[in-house]
Amino acid sequence: MKIEILGMGCANCNKLYQNAVEAVKLSGKEIEVTKVEDIKTIMGYGVLSTPALVIDGIVKVAGKVPKAEDIKEWIK
Amino acid sequence: MTEKCLCEPNEVIIFSCAGSSNVGQIANQAAIKLTHGGVGRYFCLAGIGGHVSGMIESTKAGKMLVAIDGCSVACAKRTLEHAGFQIHEYVQSTDLGIEKNHQFHVDPADVERVSDHIASLVSKRRGLQ
Repeated sequence: MKIEILGMGCANCNKLYQNAVEAVKLSGKEIEVTKVEDIKTIMGYGVLSTPALVIDGIVKVAGKVPKAEDIKEWIK
Repeated sequence: MTEKCLCEPNEVIIFSCAGSSNVGQIANQAAIKLTHGGVGRYFCLAGIGGHVSGMIESTKAGKMLVAIDGCSVACAKRTLEHAGFQIHEYVQSTDLGIEKNHQFHVDPADVERVSDHIASLVSKRRGLQ
């Protein structure tokens, strides 16, 4: 499994990244979390609102910052 | 051209049909004009029909959904509703007295008529919110 955080580095993007890292810790799994800040790559996902969270190529949320507990449910 | 950051919320999201008629193309041009005028942000209807997760999730983040159709076939409306979205403001180009044909001639005055109508609806709704 792979988690990508799409965003150009604003406060919400950083918060979502932190929440995703925390969710991975809570899950006890070894999952890679990476930041994607290049806007062309971001737009390649069809995302028009950031931050966004992508799990294995599927956008799970865009324009919002879900809590770590919510993200944990997606990576069960 | 430099793309601006996408982290600003899209309060008003605009979808249009881009059908194979003059009124479909007028709807499309009106959506572009509204975006350039700062009324809202034009999103890709085909992305909704194609179940593109990025488009679907970006649309969920919007506060007000606007749909512009060319005619009573209502493809934009049907596509959005099929995907489970509630449309807040809506118009068909033909509702405003524009006659449908298949010659693709787009009169800028017709584009303005449609975009002015939607801008007025959005303004009224914003006043209510």
